[in-house]
This record gives sequence, C-alpha cells and structure tokens, in this order.
Amino acid sequence: MSVITYRQALRDTLRAEMHRDENVFLLGEEIGVFEGSYKITEGLLKEFGERRVRDTPIAEEGFVGAAVGAAMLGLRPVVELMTINFSLIAIDQIINHAAKIYGMFGGQTSVPMVIRTPGGGGQQLGATHSQNIELFYSFIPGLKVLAPSTPAEAASMLRAAIRDDDPVLFLENLGLYNTKGEVPDGDDTVAEIGRAAVTREGTDITLIGYSRMAMVASQVAEKLAEEGISVEVVDLRSLRPLDRETIVESVRKTGCAVVAEDDWLTYGIGAEIAASIQEGAFDWLDAPVRRVAMAEVPMPYAKPLETAALPSPESLITAVHETLRAVGRRVG
Amino acid sequence: MADTAKPKGGGTARSTGGRRRSRKDAAPSIADEQPKTLLEYYRQMLLIRRFEERTAQAYTQARIGGYCHLNLGEEATIVGLMTALQERDYLFTNYREHGYAIGKGIHPRRVMAELYGRSTGVSKGWGGSMHMFDTETRMLGGYGIVGGQLPLATGAALAVSYRGGDEVVMCQMGDGTTNIGAWHESLNIASLWNLPVVFVVINNYTGMGTTVEKSSAEPELYKRGSAFRIEGVRVDGQDVLAVRDAATDLVERARSEQRPFLLEAMSHRMKGHSVVDPAKYRTPEQVEEAKANDPVASFESQLLEAGVLTEELKQEIADSVRDEVTDAADFAENSPHPDVATLFDYTYATPVANESRRMPADPVFAD
Repeated sequence: MSVITYRQALRDTLRAEMHRDENVFLLGEEIGVFEGSYKITEGLLKEFGERRVRDTPIAEEGFVGAAVGAAMLGLRPVVELMTINFSLIAIDQIINHAAKIYGMFGGQTSVPMVIRTPGGGGQQLGATHSQNIELFYSFIPGLKVLAPSTPAEAASMLRAAIRDDDPVLFLENLGLYNTKGEVPDGDDTVAEIGRAAVTREGTDITLIGYSRMAMVASQVAEKLAEEGISVEVVDLRSLRPLDRETIVESVRKTGCAVVAEDDWLTYGIGAEIAASIQEGAFDWLDAPVRRVAMAEVPMPYAKPLETAALPSPESLITAVHETLRAVGRRVG
Repeated sequence: MADTAKPKGGGTARSTGGRRRSRKDAAPSIADEQPKTLLEYYRQMLLIRRFEERTAQAYTQARIGGYCHLNLGEEATIVGLMTALQERDYLFTNYREHGYAIGKGIHPRRVMAELYGRSTGVSKGWGGSMHMFDTETRMLGGYGIVGGQLPLATGAALAVSYRGGDEVVMCQMGDGTTNIGAWHESLNIASLWNLPVVFVVINNYTGMGTTVEKSSAEPELYKRGSAFRIEGVRVDGQDVLAVRDAATDLVERARSEQRPFLLEAMSHRMKGHSVVDPAKYRTPEQVEEAKANDPVASFESQLLEAGVLTEELKQEIADSVRDEVTDAADFAENSPHPDVATLFDYTYATPVANESRRMPADPVFAD
C-alpha cells in the first residue's frame, strides 16, 4: 500500500494502461511537451513518444471528434480537456456524435474513448473557468460519466473507463489533484461503472456527494461525529448511470438526507437525487431533502465573493444541523 | 453563382500549380473508355436516380418519415467518387447520402428498408434517411449535423495512420459546411498530422436556400484548403469520368503520400433541399439550368451518340433498374418493424449497472 496523490494515481494508471494496450493513446492540448496543464501526463511523452502522446492544436471540436473517429476504428483514445469549461467547444462531438454513434447506427460500432477533464472552482479563475457542468453530460443516454473522489477510486475508475467500450466522461477536480490517499501497490482493480458507494456508515443522516464534494462530505462526517451525529456518506462515483438504489437504501435507514454538489442548484445533479429520494423513500423521509450547492451567479473573480459562492464544509454542517432539527432531533 | 462549373481548359482546376498529374489535364473522353465500364456507370447513375424518385414517392405516401434529402442531380458525382474508392477505403458523408450508400456497395434493399424504418435496414431502423452505416462496406455513416462528420473522418484517418494502414478515408460534405468551425479544425489537424483523408465538397450552389456567394467569403471552395496547405481541385460534377479521374488521383495520392486533399465537385440539386421543400427561392433560370445539367440525361445522350448505348440496351437497363428499385421497395414494405423489446439494446456497448430501462410512464423504482 502506498500513499499517493490523486494526480499520481491518474498518471500511474494512464502509464500502465498504455503499456497494457497498444491501442490506448493520449491526445489533448499541452499534454506532451508541456506535460499537461495540471501535470497529469508528466513524463509520458518521453516514455511513449509523439505517436501515443499527441499534442493537439487549440481545437476542441476537432480533436475530440478525431478521437471519436479513431475510436470507431478500434483505437482507445484518452482525451484530456484542459478544464470541463472547454468541453463546451466540443459539445457537438460529445453529445451529437460520441454519445449517439452506437445507438444511431443500430449497434454496429462502439466508441471506446475517455474524455478526462477537471471541474472545480476556488482558484480565482472567474466566470468562464470555474463552472461545474458535468450535468450536461450526465443528462445524455449513451454517455457514461464518472466522478471519483479519492486516488484509489481515480485509478480503478480510470482503468474501467479505458477498458469500457463506450464513451466515458471522466470528471476530475482541480481541488482533488493534490489530495492523498492509499492505493494498493500493483493494483489492477477495475471499478464497476454505475455503482455508488457508502464510504462511511451512519444512522442519523445521509450525506450524498461526488467528486470533491464527496471528499468534503467525509470530512464533515468526521467532524459531526465529534458532536455525536452519526452521518452516512454516499459517494455517487457514477453520475450516469446513477445508482439510485444505494442512495435510497441509505435514506430508508437514516430518514433524511443532504446533497452536496459543486454545481448550481436549479436543475442540478442534486435535483435529480432529491427527486429520486422522494420517489424511492417517501414513506421513510422525516424531513425535506436539502441541497447544498453553488450560489447561482457567474463565478466572480474576487476571493471573498468566490469563497462565499462555493459550498463549504461549514455550509454543509449548517444544512445537516437544520435538517436534523426539522426531523426533531436535538443537535449540538 | 460560381462563374463556371466547368473549369477552363479541361475537367479540373487546381488551387496549387506545378504538381505532377497522373492523368492528362484534358477532360476524359468516352472514346477512351471500355463500353462495359461506361454502361456500368450509366446503370449506377440511373439506379440512384430511380431509387431517389421512388424514395420521394414513398415519402409523400408517408412510408418514410423524418427529413429526407435526395441525391437527384448528384448521380455523376456519386458514381465518380465511389468508383475512385477501393473496397477497403472508408467513407463518411453528410445526411444526403442514399446514393453514396448504394454506391459504396450496400444493397438498395437495405437502404430502402432503413428509409422505411425497418429492422432489415442498414442501420436496423435506428438511423433513418440521414444515418446510414455499414461496417462491411465501410460506409461509416451519414451524419445529420452539418460538419459533424469532418472531425470523425479525420480521426478515422488518424487510426489508419496510427496503425500504418494503407486505407484512405473519404469525407463528403455540402458547400455550406466549409463555413463551420469543424471544417477549419479538421482540415488543420489533417494537414498537421499528415492524414490520408480526401475531403470532398459537393458544391450545388446552395446550402438549403442560401447561395454559396452569400455564405462563403471565398466562393471558390477548392481554394479554401490553401490556408492549411491542402491542395484543392475543382471538378465538373456533372461529368462522371472527370469526377472519377480527379477523385482517383487524389485518393491514390492520399494513400501514397499520406496527406489530405480537397476536391470540390460542381453539382446541381435538381429539387429542393429536402423532399418537402418546393424550392420557391429558385429563379426559373436556375431551375432550367439544373434541368439542362441533368447528369443522367446528358450521359445517356453522350452514350447514345457514341453508339455505346442503343435504344434497345437503354430499355433493358431501364427495366432492370426499375425492377431493382421495385424489389427494394417491396423488400422494405414487407420487412418487419423493429421490435419494441429492442428499445434498450443499443444505448451502451458494454453492459452497465443501473442503466435505465424505464418506459415513459414507469416509476423510477419498479419494485
């Protein structure tokens, strides 16, 4: 067992998958000579050469679409989009092509590709570079959307994504790259896509998150334990397909839930979770499902404004306390 | 309107001079061709013509749904282009592709059945008019979004290049496509990475109802490759032999030189943008011009004049084509509709946990 960063887990996995399968290759902006905007691909150009680590022009629609076309002929491209914001430039190729080609042609060709891209705010990057728009892709049948929150998950889920025959949007997070966690040495675990995980068991309330907010939820659960509140944490891991059973099973046990999401609230991922909970656990619910989400503004640059707009551990704790009060339980 | 469909001094014009030609610049002549070859081209062109006429009929009879764009007027271009491809070469097209599907080798029955939305259709009834796909003949799709096929074709050529293969990718599109971002991004990438892809622009002077002059700042579209150092050629799309020669030249050069090329075929759309478009925006002169440039009629009279085609042979071919189209329509009509039980069969290639198989009125939690 080694303790490594989320970044290292991604890099080690890319490297191992490229050694394992000659059809796996990387393309994206600045992933080669520059070694990646966030250094995920550091060292890979030197090791594998330009054929398999391909720097692209600034042309997201062009190179994402080229990856789709290459995947149709059986290669397994792993595309890096510098941030999820830039996926908007490639959205026609992702939604109208990658997600449609298998079904639209009656299952004649699959599109085994991965689009890796980080979401996340909090870096003072302003309105166009701080969005969390994974919802757009989670909405689309034909795509699979993964959102790992720990280094071990990042590794096992990236392995799953690369070996899967469908297009996978693999959501990373700027706030997670430097986080550390245990990863088994020589690990070759392949995560099961479409499964959430209960990452902490509890009895008082269910906290549901994904990506960075799953990590924040775990930290908050730890803190609330000191107050004697037993929090169960569900890490969604897979945004499409969505594992509603795991969520509902947990809420049936705890009787209440708070969803933590880094995106905007209205129509966001949390809205789908809350709707699923009311349908699957109506008779078990003791309080309305609360959502903790980003303030609904274009993200400002100035630090105090940005900090205020983002969900924080404190905002999560507040929502948990208020929910438990609504249930009628005494909280600290 | 572009000043001329037929470039001065022969069947083709080029955007960059001084290159060797594998064929002579003069327009190809019927006299230099095998009668059998000419008759085969004629038959193919007539098949596409009659197939599309039958398609229009079936559409008005509500046997075909959705959008339906026909290749009427494009027959010489299609047959010329498809003749230039080897079986192993890949084809990507836009949504006006019925004729290309047939030309690439898909049986007309399966094309018509797709139009009828039947399970025997080339895309099993999942694609319809705009989305014909066939792995076996390497027709890698008609695409409904303008420009969508360009990055895909570029990526297919990347896969060929990655593996060191010798296949060529042909990517067909309409004139309006040369203004969309995917055009610029794809040509740039194809040229940067030396990919074996031939981009083919079918210039029928109009994108839906908007002329090339109103939409392209450089209306001589074959010149637009020069920004990416891609050699461009313009050819008379009404001349099957000229298209064949120009396309063969570029396809084989893409194969041997491992780089992209651009071909612009000057063509005519004989009807509206789609079956339901009466094309009222066209002047009577434009309608007359399209009629006068009917590639099937013009090739037919050339062959009759040259004695390659006789009235008797003409009738024989007409009958056989008519039978083939009738057979395709009958096959489509008598084919089963896809079973609703297959609704969830093609969402994912790799089965996945918690995939939704909910019908519209079903609860989210079925138990």
